[in-house]
Amino acid sequence: MTGATLIILALALPLFAALSIWIVGKYPNLREAVTLTTAMALLMVVLAILPLILAGLPVRLDLIAPVPGLKIAFAVEPLGMIFACVASFLWIVNSVFSIGYMRGNNEPRQTRFYVCFAIAIAATMGLAFAENLFTLFICYEALTLSTYPLVTHHKNDEARQAGRTYLGILLGSSIVLLLPAIIATWVLTGSVTFTPGGIMAGNVAPLIGGILLLLFLYGIGKAALMPMHRWLPAAMVAPTPVSALLHAVAVVKAGVFTVLKVSVYIFGLDYLRELAMADAALYLAGFTILTASIIALRQDNLKRRLAYSTVSQLSYVILAALILSPLSTMGAALHIAVHAFGKITLFMAAGAIYTAAHKTKVSELAGIGRRMPWTMGAFAIGALSMIGLPPAAGFISKWYMLLGAMEVEQWFAVAVILGSTLLNAAYFLPILYTAFLKPEAADGHGHEHGEAPLPIVLALVTTAAGTILLFLIPGPALELAARLVGQ
Amino acid sequence: MSGLIADLTHHLPALQVVVPLVAAPLCLLAGRAWLAWIIAFAASASATVTATILAYLTFHNGAISYHMGGWAPPWGIEYVVDTANAFILMLVSAISTVVLAYSPASVAREIRPGSQHLFYCMFILCLTGLLGITVTGDAFNVFVFLEISSLSSYALIAMGGQRKALTAAFQYLIMGTIGATFFLIGVGLLYMMTGTLNMADMQARIPSLQDSRPVLAAFAFITVGLALKAALFPLHLWLPNAYAFAPSAVSAFMAATATKVSLYVLLRFTFTIFGAKFAFLNLPLHWVLLVPAVIAMFAGSFSAIFQRDIKRMLAYSSIAQIGYITLGISLASSAGIAAALIHIFNHGLMKAALFCAIGCIFYRIGTTRIEQMAGLGRQMPWTTTAIVVAGLSLLGVPLTAGFISKWYLVQAALQADLWWLVVLVVLSSMLALVYIWRLVEAMYFKEPPPGRGAVAEAPLSMLVPTLLLAGANIYFGIDTRVPVAMSESAATLLLRGQM
Repeated sequence: MTGATLIILALALPLFAALSIWIVGKYPNLREAVTLTTAMALLMVVLAILPLILAGLPVRLDLIAPVPGLKIAFAVEPLGMIFACVASFLWIVNSVFSIGYMRGNNEPRQTRFYVCFAIAIAATMGLAFAENLFTLFICYEALTLSTYPLVTHHKNDEARQAGRTYLGILLGSSIVLLLPAIIATWVLTGSVTFTPGGIMAGNVAPLIGGILLLLFLYGIGKAALMPMHRWLPAAMVAPTPVSALLHAVAVVKAGVFTVLKVSVYIFGLDYLRELAMADAALYLAGFTILTASIIALRQDNLKRRLAYSTVSQLSYVILAALILSPLSTMGAALHIAVHAFGKITLFMAAGAIYTAAHKTKVSELAGIGRRMPWTMGAFAIGALSMIGLPPAAGFISKWYMLLGAMEVEQWFAVAVILGSTLLNAAYFLPILYTAFLKPEAADGHGHEHGEAPLPIVLALVTTAAGTILLFLIPGPALELAARLVGQ
Repeated sequence: MSGLIADLTHHLPALQVVVPLVAAPLCLLAGRAWLAWIIAFAASASATVTATILAYLTFHNGAISYHMGGWAPPWGIEYVVDTANAFILMLVSAISTVVLAYSPASVAREIRPGSQHLFYCMFILCLTGLLGITVTGDAFNVFVFLEISSLSSYALIAMGGQRKALTAAFQYLIMGTIGATFFLIGVGLLYMMTGTLNMADMQARIPSLQDSRPVLAAFAFITVGLALKAALFPLHLWLPNAYAFAPSAVSAFMAATATKVSLYVLLRFTFTIFGAKFAFLNLPLHWVLLVPAVIAMFAGSFSAIFQRDIKRMLAYSSIAQIGYITLGISLASSAGIAAALIHIFNHGLMKAALFCAIGCIFYRIGTTRIEQMAGLGRQMPWTTTAIVVAGLSLLGVPLTAGFISKWYLVQAALQADLWWLVVLVVLSSMLALVYIWRLVEAMYFKEPPPGRGAVAEAPLSMLVPTLLLAGANIYFGIDTRVPVAMSESAATLLLRGQM
């Protein structure tokens, strides 16, 4: 099959799934079968693209151009490949988890849930493969809109309030900041195509370039650079599979992916080095990393603590992108994959705890490690990855970030990475301590529970294993990341 | 046979107006609603076909000049069709046809049985007026058709079900008459100075009279009069009530076409007759249009946010959108005029879709209050989908027609080095997000109000045209060849040899 066919398949399969799920919605088993089958087929398609990219062959598809010079087109490059692989693999895992979770908790409106989920994946694929900013923007907005019904799944006042924040910040920032930034890029450079080496050099004065950088960084609200992060904790009201989707697979990754893609392919690392604003932005990212970690320390609600951890981890990617050394850029690309695996494990573990024990607070978790050994074991691996310790994959991305930062003697970044590692440990290790070492509190209720339903445990063990595998065999991911920086 | 076709083709500019003009009294004579509807619909459909052929011909072969009754201009009345007005003719007649297709059920619900045929008579007369204004190349003829369309629209608005429709119509009548009178005074002054009513003739004679006070006064009167008819802020006061209390079909038709035609005339007088040099270099028309346009963008949207009645909300939104169009005109550049024309077209699609959809809702629940919209997302899924699509287009989300408008508008502002305008356009779009959001939230996230029984989807005869219009918003957001090519050709034409 040619590259264009594969891209069409990667976009069409999830959409086809959405349609089929809607049609067979009355038969839950059939519906879930559709989800799982298409998810696996999608992974096959994405993996079929991989050898083409590794061989350096062009994989592209041009659709139409509503306005001259502004076309809807797709072209696969290494970074998009990493993102697509991660997203399509985690869709399978997350679907398995969703089936366990949605059934285990008797959630209403499950068909709508799976339909929106599939559409969100289609949008993610489009985003990963976008050839230019315009296409990326359309997929970015489609992703926001398709995840909105998921965030407001419960349809109560709290969900509606959260939904308003979610849509308000994401749509608002993208329309007010990102879209003008894209238009300005087009006006100044005559192009919005992602080009190796960037398109700004020689076209845009450093001052304007600096303003554009800020517009992009804040306009990409999904990357949750403070103060654009508020949608993320708010969206925690959604069912846990949605949180996993938002925080690991699609939404936030779409954000940092876009940031990375814009800095590498629109600005270009060489051009960014000329910008004083790039330095300033580095401090903003560092500030977000530390502040979000400190806030995470103070959260007792497990999902909220994870949410702030996500805010902090996302800014690692932004920080690494702005260190502007090839090694740290590789670290940023790897961190997209690494954090996805670690964080989805953590969220699924939180969902497992909620399903089995109906507990949502860290302080209630005493002794739960003995009741749910698989879940909490996986949680421990995810936590290690967040902190950046071997044998979890988090170590690798942090390693590259640190190498890169030291190479260009960016000591502030080094200090932030090391400092936040301590903070990460400070908010994850107590959870593990409580779960494994504290005796179970005798609250008199004596909730007897064991592990969560099998699909849930299966899913989170898979991703935990993935986190370790990515540490042991980082080869393909490293190869793609190296190609991203042209090495 | 081929001779007949050639003859017909030759007379198309006249037929464009004559067919609906003849249809109007026929509707009256028909006496029955269904028969009147058939006549009106047939006339409107034929006008659409005529306009499309004219647009095709002018686009490929250049402007067409038609001499009414065989009297050569400047003595006789001349009709001139070029890409600028062919584009408007197409929009007006196509919207009219779709709205007429939509109207039977709506009219049966909203208009007294005895006067339904009068409704169609007035509707087609209004169409005649709008087409006539657009097609004519004679300044006084513009006034005549302006009055035809105005008088018939006063009557149409007064047919609205509530008693307030009468005050709304009266208010519009007073304001509209002032506008038309100003326009007439302006034309009179021009006639006094140039001795001609033919637009091309005026164009040739005005440069030598540029500094004379009557010409300056004429320009002022005409601009203000047309701004009043176009509801440009702050001359928009007649519009919210007129749109809110008119029958649904009338709101849809007028919102999409009436103000647009006045804006077209403004374009024609400013650029073709007076000339861009006169208006923008000798006189400060740039600021005279730009400032109200920007205020309109914000004031209109702000007012829209606080409306409880959806039709009023959309009416205020129209005021803001007219601001965008005027903004494009005020830039006096080829890109700006093209952007204005594109938005005239796209906004027509959005507002027609929205008002038709609101008409569907009114048909079922008998009110347009926002709190009564609660829970309709599940009960009328297709209608509410149409509202969401048209609403997204209004916001300017990519892949909708609205994005294309905003894109060209922003490009035009950037070309003129007006960065701050881009910021304002974007900010005002955010206000649209607020009021569209209120509607979406009511329809999809609120429980139906207590006491309202089951609500069915609107009848197919209303639903299909509504969805067609909503679909057009997406279609013209992706395939932009026709509106963009027509607008750019029209902009070049209007600015030919100027600036």
